[in-house]
Amino acid sequence: MVRVRGLRTRLGGRVLHDNLEFDLRHGEVLGVVGGSGSGKSVLLRTVIGLVEPEAGDIEVFGEDWRRLDDAGRRVLEAQWGVLFQDGALFSSLTAAQNIALPLREQLQLEPPLLHEVTQLKLSLVGLPGDTSAKYPAELSGGMRKRAGLARALALDPQLLFLDEPTAGLDPIAAGAFDELIRDLRASLGLTVFMVTHDLDSLIAICDRVAVLVDKRLIIGTIAELLRNPHPWIQAYFRGPRGRAALAGSDGQAVG
Amino acid sequence: MQSAEAGFDLRTEGDALVLHAAGRWLIASAAALDRALGRLAEIAPGTRLRIDLAGLERLDTVGAWLLLRTARTLEAQGVVASIVNVSPDFAPLLDQVAKGEPAPLPALPRESFAGQLVDILAAIGERTFAAGAEIRELVGFFGLVMVTALRTLRHPSRFRSAALVTQMDRNGVGALPIVGLLAFLIGIVIAFQGADQLRRFGAEIFTVNLLAVGILRELGVLITAIIVAGRSGSAFTAEIGAMEVNEEIDAMRTLGLDPVELLVLPRLVGLVLVLPLLAAYADFMALVGGALMSWGSLGVTPPFFVRQLHQAVGEWTFWVGILKAPFFAATIALVGCRAGFHVSRSAESVGRLTTLSVVRSIFLVIIIDALFSVLYSRLGI
Repeated sequence: MVRVRGLRTRLGGRVLHDNLEFDLRHGEVLGVVGGSGSGKSVLLRTVIGLVEPEAGDIEVFGEDWRRLDDAGRRVLEAQWGVLFQDGALFSSLTAAQNIALPLREQLQLEPPLLHEVTQLKLSLVGLPGDTSAKYPAELSGGMRKRAGLARALALDPQLLFLDEPTAGLDPIAAGAFDELIRDLRASLGLTVFMVTHDLDSLIAICDRVAVLVDKRLIIGTIAELLRNPHPWIQAYFRGPRGRAALAGSDGQAVG
Repeated sequence: MQSAEAGFDLRTEGDALVLHAAGRWLIASAAALDRALGRLAEIAPGTRLRIDLAGLERLDTVGAWLLLRTARTLEAQGVVASIVNVSPDFAPLLDQVAKGEPAPLPALPRESFAGQLVDILAAIGERTFAAGAEIRELVGFFGLVMVTALRTLRHPSRFRSAALVTQMDRNGVGALPIVGLLAFLIGIVIAFQGADQLRRFGAEIFTVNLLAVGILRELGVLITAIIVAGRSGSAFTAEIGAMEVNEEIDAMRTLGLDPVELLVLPRLVGLVLVLPLLAAYADFMALVGGALMSWGSLGVTPPFFVRQLHQAVGEWTFWVGILKAPFFAATIALVGCRAGFHVSRSAESVGRLTTLSVVRSIFLVIIIDALFSVLYSRLGI
């Protein structure tokens, strides 16, 4: 789905990624971890075309957004959904209007169907019906993320980008969000690229984990990464929090 | 992603109707499918309908919803509908969508004429009360700022002199180019128009008097106040509003810091000190513009202009204008800062309140100017 080769990005004079490469396979959930400021979010923003890289190839659905004209880019962008850190809901629109906006812009649906689809997306992400008329400022952090996810899913994308979906949520809400993503992936057949700090959600829903160290990605399952001698990876997974999270997952990943 | 790729056909097979869904039932085809499925409403009650998904290539949530909705609406009409040949790929999706039953679209209530009239009256009443509350609140805010100012006077060391200097630089020195240029142009325009009119009476020389009185008493300070309201009043609202959005104001309160003391006082004091100076500068620039224009179109040389100016200007003329400046400054700063504190946590409200604060402070500046005119005429100056 996504293929990145030889990526090099520079932000504010600092090289964040150098000769970085990875593949996102169809139907998998890839978690990206890395220290604060290592450029995880920038990587996500580069793949979806918000940050211009210095060099390298980025192909999403086999196309590079830098080689497309405006119309082509819009078609490409309609095929993926993005959930930003705090939902990035439009504060002047209600939750339902936020979800309906991409539908209105891209398709000509009859009002009843538009309404039904909007309500369907809300229930899909587990939000009660009375949320639809509320403004983002009236929603809790967890609900804003769910509404943001519903907007990202509005056009039924195959590919979903999540930027720290569980950051700032309480453990119960974070666990529920993990479960939601796992369910949606199973029922909608999503491919997910997820930047996260949350060890529990890595273990709960990610098929493979990519660690951003030394300006590159080291990718593998958690079991493979545990055998990697790199000091940062060892510190990450073998630290007290890493051990606790791994112990909580029945030790299956440790094996 | 072509809508032609999705479709269905309806055939009678044995004792039942069979709807063969085929192709890619995706959101891109939803509008066309929605219309086509709407025609199925004519199926007679009691018919048995099988919805056969064997030919389905792809399905997303909207496609699944269309299938389920068709089955549900037809069942409500008495048709016996069932969905068959669901491939294992689509089963979880159909289950998931079936769990979420969207509420029907609420019908919009239709308003009667009398109802609309009542609404309009109610809106007028609400706005009147809101305006009253607004004035009360502004006075309250003024009182709060005054109390804070008096408290700071008792402990002068707590006053943020660095912030004051920054504000004076930003709102005073920063405004010099635009205020100077506009005042200069206004001076030229008034001199030109005045000379044109007064020439008919052979009284061109009184152009200088017109300039002196018009600019020094009214226009210099008024133009300055309006520019500063647009430049600095809006900045106050936006700065404080953005801090409110970021919860910075709340953070200040929890740290035991007084946002009024920290944010409002430096802006208020800075503007009160700087606006009279700006107004004096505007007066000067406008007179320079007027003098140049008089020289060009009337042949009044600068030395002669200055002599005529001395005759036209009484000892109060200059101060009558400048005295108004601190009041304008306080109004602009208070309205701007208060609007900032009223921002709610949305980007839209920052913009709305910024506009509101500029409009309101210009409005108040002109009202105060009118009040001053009344006052001065009573005092006979």
